[in-house]
Formats: sequence, structure tokens, C-alpha cells
Amino acid sequence: MSTYILKRFLQLIPVFLGATLLVYFLVFSLPGDPIVALFGDKPVNEAVAAKLRIQYHLDQPFWMQYLLYLKSIFTFDLGQDFSGRPIAAVLGEVFPVTARLAVMALVFEAVFGIIFGLIAGLRKGKFFDATVLVASLIVIGIPIFVLGFLLQFTIGVQLGWAKPTVSSAATVQDLILPAIVLGLGSFAYVLRLTRTSVIENMSADYVRTATAKGLSRFRVVRVHILRNSLIPVITFLGADLGALMGGAIVTEGIFNVPGVGNRLYRAVLSGEGPTVVSIVTVLVLIYCLSNLLVDLLYAWLDPRIRYDS
Amino acid sequence: MNAPVEIHEEGASARRPLLEIRDLAISFKTSGGEVNAVRNAHLTVMPGETVAIVGESGSGKSTTALAAIGLLPSNGRVSGGQILFDGEDISHASEKRMIELRGNSIGMVPQDPMSNLNPVWKIGYQVRETLKANGLPDSADDVAKVLSEAGLPDAARRAKQYPHEFSGGMRQRALIAIGLSCQPRLLIADEPTSALDVTVQRQILDHLDKMTTELGTAVLLITHDLGLAAERADKVVVMYRGQVVEAGPSLELLQNPQHPYTKRLVASAPSLASRRIQAAKELGIESEDLLAPDEDVVVASSMPDEVLQIENLRKVFKLRSGLGRSTDFTAVDDVSFSVKRGTTTAIVGESGSGKSTVAQMVLNLLAPTSGKIIFDGVDTSTLNSKEIFAFRRRVQPIFQDPYGSLDPMYNIFRTIEEPLRTHKIGDKASREKKVRELLDQVALPQSTMQRYPNELSGGQRQRVAIARALALDPEVIICDEAVSALDVLVQAQVLNLLAELQSRLGLTYLFITHDLAVVRQIADHVCVMERGKLVETGSTDDVFDSPQQEYTKALLNAIPGAGLMLPPEVA
Amino acid sequence: MTPDSNTARQDASAPATRHIEHFVADFAETPLQATDKVKEDQAPLSLWAEAWRNLRRQPLFLISAFLILVVVAVSLFPGLFSPIDPTSEACQLANSDGGPSSGHPLGYTQQGCDVYARVIFGTRSSVTVGLFTTIGVLLIGGIMGALAGYYGGWVDAVLARINDIFFALPLILGAIVLMQLPMFRAHRTVWTLVLILITFGWPQIARITRGAVIEVRNADFVTAARSLGVSKFGALTRHVLPNSLAPIIVVATISLGTFIVAESTLSFLGIGLPPSVMSWGNDIQAAQASLRSNPMPLLYPAIALSITVLSFIMLGDALRDALDPKARKR
Repeated sequence: MSTYILKRFLQLIPVFLGATLLVYFLVFSLPGDPIVALFGDKPVNEAVAAKLRIQYHLDQPFWMQYLLYLKSIFTFDLGQDFSGRPIAAVLGEVFPVTARLAVMALVFEAVFGIIFGLIAGLRKGKFFDATVLVASLIVIGIPIFVLGFLLQFTIGVQLGWAKPTVSSAATVQDLILPAIVLGLGSFAYVLRLTRTSVIENMSADYVRTATAKGLSRFRVVRVHILRNSLIPVITFLGADLGALMGGAIVTEGIFNVPGVGNRLYRAVLSGEGPTVVSIVTVLVLIYCLSNLLVDLLYAWLDPRIRYDS
Repeated sequence: MNAPVEIHEEGASARRPLLEIRDLAISFKTSGGEVNAVRNAHLTVMPGETVAIVGESGSGKSTTALAAIGLLPSNGRVSGGQILFDGEDISHASEKRMIELRGNSIGMVPQDPMSNLNPVWKIGYQVRETLKANGLPDSADDVAKVLSEAGLPDAARRAKQYPHEFSGGMRQRALIAIGLSCQPRLLIADEPTSALDVTVQRQILDHLDKMTTELGTAVLLITHDLGLAAERADKVVVMYRGQVVEAGPSLELLQNPQHPYTKRLVASAPSLASRRIQAAKELGIESEDLLAPDEDVVVASSMPDEVLQIENLRKVFKLRSGLGRSTDFTAVDDVSFSVKRGTTTAIVGESGSGKSTVAQMVLNLLAPTSGKIIFDGVDTSTLNSKEIFAFRRRVQPIFQDPYGSLDPMYNIFRTIEEPLRTHKIGDKASREKKVRELLDQVALPQSTMQRYPNELSGGQRQRVAIARALALDPEVIICDEAVSALDVLVQAQVLNLLAELQSRLGLTYLFITHDLAVVRQIADHVCVMERGKLVETGSTDDVFDSPQQEYTKALLNAIPGAGLMLPPEVA
Repeated sequence: MTPDSNTARQDASAPATRHIEHFVADFAETPLQATDKVKEDQAPLSLWAEAWRNLRRQPLFLISAFLILVVVAVSLFPGLFSPIDPTSEACQLANSDGGPSSGHPLGYTQQGCDVYARVIFGTRSSVTVGLFTTIGVLLIGGIMGALAGYYGGWVDAVLARINDIFFALPLILGAIVLMQLPMFRAHRTVWTLVLILITFGWPQIARITRGAVIEVRNADFVTAARSLGVSKFGALTRHVLPNSLAPIIVVATISLGTFIVAESTLSFLGIGLPPSVMSWGNDIQAAQASLRSNPMPLLYPAIALSITVLSFIMLGDALRDALDPKARKR
């Protein structure tokens, strides 16, 4: 077990280094001067530009730049954004908001996805199953920003059941509608995954054997079908946490949520390379950690993994 | 074991059958409409009696048994007849009633020990929930007792382990423990040992016999092996294409089969055939007479030179264990033997014996760690790529899984033509002619050429694989469990084909198998392997008549039906 | 026991009722058939032909295939579907936010452009990006995945790490980072977008291909081909790849929809196609400002986008059912 986790952990190190190197390379080493780009349409102030070049170590060779950048990440000394605020402080402000949003979306998709998927799987081929299947396809097919506008317009503006935009405090209540929009795509996916998994397990030999032992239908479903079907679902949910945090850009834009995605989007539009790199780095780190979480969950759920070398 | 007569004679009329199936019909809903899987099936199981249903795949034997415990697949239903359990018709009983009956009145031991235990729960938990659901005491001691009664050593500790920590035989013991834990009056055993090695198979069946005798449990045994059925059951029911064609006391059925299908089955079952050869030898009849697949076969033994010599062959695999560490696993350890041209040499062993690894190395698909494989005087490890290409024309394989050995995207013509095309033999017209000839040789209609593997049965695919192997006119054919996955009659058909081709074309076979019964039918020489080592080698007659090693004796004893007395002239 | 002592107990002349000791079924009712006879009555059917026969019966497939044909036709010949020139010069501010009228069934945008014409002419950029990104991703991901899966060992180890690295950057996130670079900002065309989406889209196809190839590479028919003398690479192209195609086709079809969404999302965010290029994403972004007063200019391109994406996802789903490898093994 511990060997397994250690192995997975060691495998993530090259992924983290590689991904951050890739982003760093893309932002700072492709043709085009990133510092000039920082000024956008404004005339370049050479004194400020020189200061920035030193701040981002652009006077150093590329490898040195990257290593210094890595060091800055682990010391939380990420430099300053356009308005002169420390980037670390900005991240500390926006990440909790996005984390709250992502966890709410995750709870929504897990609870409803698993319940609907289980019922659909147990009633394979019946009316409920067919309806849910088509509905989930439609949800997957509609792009998230269209869904966002649709729900914002109908529920937020026309029906007035929820605030169409989020206050700067971004309370749990404010975030309900954005969380549903963010989680809808994954909800449909969780539903379909649970359904497939349940159907597969229903015809498994051990389920038939469990029935032959004289267990009640309820117990067979709960202990043997559902428990085994949840293995792929829960591992998907673990990986989805990272994806939701990184994928909240559109949702946060529509509902004006003061989170990571919104900040990243503004940084992109104004060409703030250092801020973009810092945010993406943290997102890659979250991705790596959520992958590690998935491995832990997997080992916890499936005893066959625990003893595998 | 063979005591059915006494049981029957003590006033059978006074007792009520425990299970009586009358005119049972079962149908399945498929995309092509309602299909009848079972028709007019009937059988009777008296309390304490063991009844075996024998049949090939698709005969309806498992379907009939599953109907008796109410576990038909969701698209299947009982469309006629009755299933009387202790006088009560349960063919359309409510699910509630069936849950009451399952476990403590009707138990089940399923076929495949690998897939029938839930991988995420501990063994003890899976036993315990059975006891609990049937209202029996379910403490840790009770669970351990149930497991140890099924022959599982160190049961209390084992109960805390997961299925993947158990070997196949141990899992099957756990499943037997579960099936018998609530002391049912009827146990349905669906091919309970067909997935296990022969020696393990025998131990488990012996133990099952002992337990059911002690508990007075009646057993409905489902099997494809007539020898096994006759050995274990009081009565045998033969099913064919969804119908019961013959039923009666085991020995009588074997000795006096009446229905043409039963006759054919009795004549072909390898365990019986091998037993018959034994009986014939004891009576002084030459075994070749019994083996001859066709009247006009002349045994080709004109060139008795050694086409293949294996010298001190070793194969060590590095198994990775954890980070950067690895342990050595010796799959094949110092194996030497030789194969004479035009003969059949069998390598016999259980799973993990290294027999298939030897085959891979002889085929030059896997490099030996040390030792030599000398083919026709040349060490195959010294061949360059051009010589290997030429070598491939002369040594060809046939594999076990008829569903895996043909490319599903290729039609039969392309499949058989591929070797010719690869070796640039002939033009399009001559290649087509050759393919037609090859199909004739393996007794497949030429119209098969345009078909795809998914349209053929297992036996037909295996015959296509033989045709493909013959396309390059090879000298040696390596059969890696080539008939193990086939039904008995089809297996006999393919074995006859192989024997006929050998005599006609002077082929040399290296036959890898776990099935000693088959070996007796076809091999001239036998090599017995155990855990990578060659433990015994010799002519088939010598090995079968006077085995020298304990392991060989155990293997021979494990052939089902070894205790049966059969007259040789039954065939 | 000798055979003679047994014949006495056997009673073949007894009527075949079920309570006698030895039952024998009526031979006429249970005729013996030739062992393992080839069924010659049906026409031969390849796997692809069989899949096609299954597909033709699926409503999901028929609907999605029809919609995709329409979308492709519109993107190739938009002029056939809309007589009106939708370029911004033809827009009249006088028509700003105008409702439906004769010849203008969907009304006007805030800039006074005909919504119907813009929806029709915006099809091409979405379809182009989706199609060419998928082709590129199939080439790169397919080759990387096939090599990794087939050769294993260090090739697999190296390619798997590269794959992991790109996987850590989700499609939209990676595309955003790239699109904001000066070199791409200056040249925002359909082809830049295709290039960027390929850069971050290939890992998924590579993973699917790798898995499919690993599943097939140890099949007996591959070993059989190798022992016939087929080279290692030849076995890959002739046997392994054709048998790995099914899951790749399914995922590629669904991905095509995903890439169309990615294009419109980037355009919607203002960093995809420039406003001068007609695209649904741009139109949705432009209509966002007047959402509350006139939601229709946003709704129609959104519907067109959703139907297109949905068609590809439905097609992928239908293909999955028809090509499912588990069903293929009967």
C-alpha cells in the first residue's frame, strides 16, 4: 500500500515539473517580448521594463529563469501583479471562492448523478432510463456558457429565484446557481458512468452468487452492485475536483464570481504573463494533488490495488 | 462412490422427490424474437441423491439448473412446465418466496471461482452475510467453522483476507463453504471445478462428496464431462439442444447408451476414451486399433530422425516488485527432450508449469535465458532475421482460444492467404487455389472463404487456424492447448483431423496441454512438467502404465472416471 | 462388472414414461445433427457490415447523421441557405434589435445584422475548427498512443510522461495561455486555433489509442501473424491498429463536438477568432450585452451550436453501441 502511494507520488513530480516548465516556456520564451506585451497598447517605459526584466529574471539564461521561478513558487514570493499587489495575496483571496464553488458543484454532481444513474441502471431499458439518457446527452451537448446564460436568464432574471450575479462575498447561497451550472456537465457524466457501471455489475457472476445465497434484493443492490459500481465513479469525482477548479473560467465570468477563473481571465486580457503563470501553476499543482487523491481513493475502494506492487 | 444401487433399492416409492422438473420449457427474448432454450425437460432428484446433467455448451443444462433456483437472466422466463421443490411448484414463485428458499433450502456452487466472489469484500464477510440472511448464528467463530469444514486451512485468519489473496482452488472452497453454509437440502453445482487444475479438481470434488454425504444434501451437478458425471453421480441426465435425450443410472448409461447422441458422447469423451484404452491394454488389445480415426490411415514413421532437440532450456523472468527492485522467476528450468519426426510429443502440466513458455521459445517468439533449441540440426538462437523468416515456414503454431486466434477483421480467405502473401508464394490465382485446397483438407466448405470469424463456431475457427498453419507446408506444428476450449464432440472431431493430417502429411506435433485424457488419445511421447521442471518423460504407454513420479501418478489419478469399469468394445 | 451382467438390467422396450429408471427420448423428436456444421444459409458479414446494419436501425444514429449532413452542407455552401450577405457592411444600424420580418425570420442583432444569415455563415468556422483539430489530434495522438502501447518499455514510459504533462493542462486552460501570447494574438485565424487545440487535445486520443492497442497486441492472432513471419511493425499496421479503431473512432467523434465547443468558448471569451471572422462564439459574445433587452440574437447561434455539438456527441454514442468491443466477443 505505502509502496503504491509512494510510487504514484513520485510519478507526479515529473508531471508537475514538466507542466510548469511547459507553461513557463510558452509564456516567456516563445517569440515576442512578454515585457513589451505587458504594456499592451501603451508606450513602453524603458526604465520600468528593465526593472521588470530583472524582477522576472529575464536577463538570466532560460534554465536559470525557470529554477528561480520554481524557487519563488515554493517560497510563495510570486512577485506583484499589474496594480502592484503581491500575487500571493491575490491568490489567497480568489482561491477560497473557487474552492467553495468547485466543492458545491462536486456535491451536486455526486449526489444527483449517483442517484439518477443507479435508478436508471437498475431499470435499464425502461422509460425512466431512456428519458434520463437522452436528457444527459443534451446536457453534455450544450456548451457550458450557453447553459449558464440560459439558467441565468430564466432562473435569475425572469423567475427571480436566485441572484443572477454573485456578490463580492460569494456566499454559499450566492453560489448555488453557478455551482449547478459548473457541475451540470459532470453531473451528466457521473450519471452515465454510474449507469454503465451498475449495468455491468448487475450481470457480474458475484451478484448472481450473492442472490443465490438468499440475500434480499435491497442488500444485493446496496452491498454488491452499488458498492462495486462506485469505484470508477468516485475516482472520476476525485479527478473532477481539479478539473472544476481549472474549468470555472466561463462560469465565473457569466455570474461574475470573484474567483480564480475570473482573475485569470482578466490577467489574460491585460496580458499579465506572471500572474497567468502563477495561477496556472497553482492549478497544475491542484490537478496533481487531486490525482494523488484519486489514487488514494482507488486504493481505499478496491482492495486488489492495495497489495499490488 | 459407485453405490447408487443401494440407495435406490430401499423403497424409492415411499419417498417424495426433492426436486422434480416436469415438461420444463424456458425461452429467451432476443433481438430476433423469442428463442426456446429448453424444451420438455424433466428430471427427478430424490433426497440425498446426486444427479448430473451432462451436455455441451448451449445444451440448456445450466439454464435448467438456474431455473430451479430462480436465477434465470432477466431476458429468460419459464414458458411451460413445472419445477416442484419438495412438492411445491416454484417455477413462477414470487421473488420473496425464492429469497426464503435460496441459501437454506437450495444452495448453489457456481462455475468460475475467479468471478463469483465479490473482489471488494473479505471472504469472511461474504460467508457471514449468507449466514445472517438465512437467520443462522454469524459470529466470527461460526464463519471460521463454515470455512474450515469446506477444507480451508487456517480458516480464522483466511476469513480476514480478500478473494484476490486466494488461489483458484481456495476460492472454490470458499464458494462451496458459502453454498453449503446454511445446510441446504439441494445443492446446485454448476461445473464447480472446470476452471481448476485437475489435481485440485479431484480434491475439491472429493471434499464436496464427503460434505454432501454427511449433511444428506442432494446435489444437482452440471458438467460437460461424462466421465466426471458418471464417477460422481447416482443418475445422469443427458441434454442435447435444449432437450433431455437420455437419463438413467450412471453406469448403465455409460455401458448401454441408447440415444445416438449419448452413444456419440460416450465414444468421444476423452476421459472415457483414455480409460477405454487402459481397459483394452489390460485385455491385451493394441491401443492403436482404438485410436485410429479412419480405417485407411497408415502411420507415417518412415523418417524417425529427431527434428527438434531441446537441451537444458531455461527461462528466467524478472518480476518487478516495488520501486526498482526485481525478483527472478524461473518459468522453465533445465528442460531437455527431443521430438522425432512424424510423431506427437505432448508436454503436460498444470497452470504455471512453464509448458506454454517452452512453446513460445520453440516458436522463436521468446528468447531462452540459456540452453539450446536445435531444429533440424541448427541452433535456432543463431539464426539471422532472414533465416528466422525461413524457419517460420517450417514451424507453425495453433493456439488455444478459438475466439482470439483469428483476426476478426480478416475474412477466412485473407486469414489463410496471409502466410502465402507474407512469404510471396505464388500469384493471386494460385493462392486462391491453395486456400480452397486447405479448406478441403480441414473439411470446411469452400464457401467459408468469404465468411468472417465471428460467423463461425469455436471448432470451425480452430479448423481455420489449422488451415492457416498448414498453408506454408510446415514440418512441425506446435499445438498450444489447441483443443482445450472445445466441446467434447468438436474436440474429438478436431483431434481426428489432426491425426489424419499427421498421417497424410507426415507432420510432427508438439502438443501442449493440461488434459492427460487427451494426451492418451493422441501422443506418442509424453513430457510431464511441474513448476518449470521436467519431472517425467517417456512413451505414452510407459508413462500411463507405470508412472515413476508421484506427481505423474497424481495427475493420472485425477482424470475423471479413473475408477470406472468400462468394457473396451463400447466404442 | 462385465458387460454381460449389465445388459440384463437394461430395459429398452419399456415405454418412455418419465418414472422408469432408464429414460430414452424418442429419436424422431431429438434428431442428431452433424457436429459443428457450417451454417451456409446467411450471407457473409464483416464486423463493419454488421456494425452498419446495427447502426441503420438506431434512431439516435439516423437523427445525428442527418443533422451532421445538414451542418456540413451549410458550412460548405452557406450561400444556398441564405440569400443575404451577412458581413458587417451589409448590416444597417437602423435595424438594430429589430424583430422578425419577411425575409429575416430571426430578426436583427444590436448592430442591425440579420441573425439568420449570421447563424448560417458562422457554421463554417466551427465545423472547420472541429474537423481539422480532430484530424490533427488523431494523427499525433494516434501515432503516439499506438507506439507507446505497442512497443511498451521505455518508449511507453517516455511517451506516458509527456502525455501526463499535457494532460495536466486542461484544453481550455492551455488554449487560453497560448492565445494570450503575442505571437498568437497577432494572428488569430481558424488555423492558429486548430494548431493550439491540437497542442492540448492530443493526449486524450493518445491514451485511448494506447489502451486499445495494449488490449489487442497480445491477442493470439497477433502472435500467429508474427510466427507466420509478419514483421513486428507489419503486425501493428495490419492486425493491431485495425482492431483498435472502434474506441478511437468513438472518442474522436465525441471530441469533434468538444473542439467546436472549445472554439466557441475561446471566441466567446474574446481570445479565439477575431470579431471580423463570423462564428457562433463571437455572435454569442456580441449578443451578451443586450441579453436582457433582446435575448434572441444570443439564443439562435447558441441553439445552432448546441445542436451541432449534440449531433456529434449523439453520433459517438450511437457508434459506441454499434462498435462496442464487449458485444463483439458475443
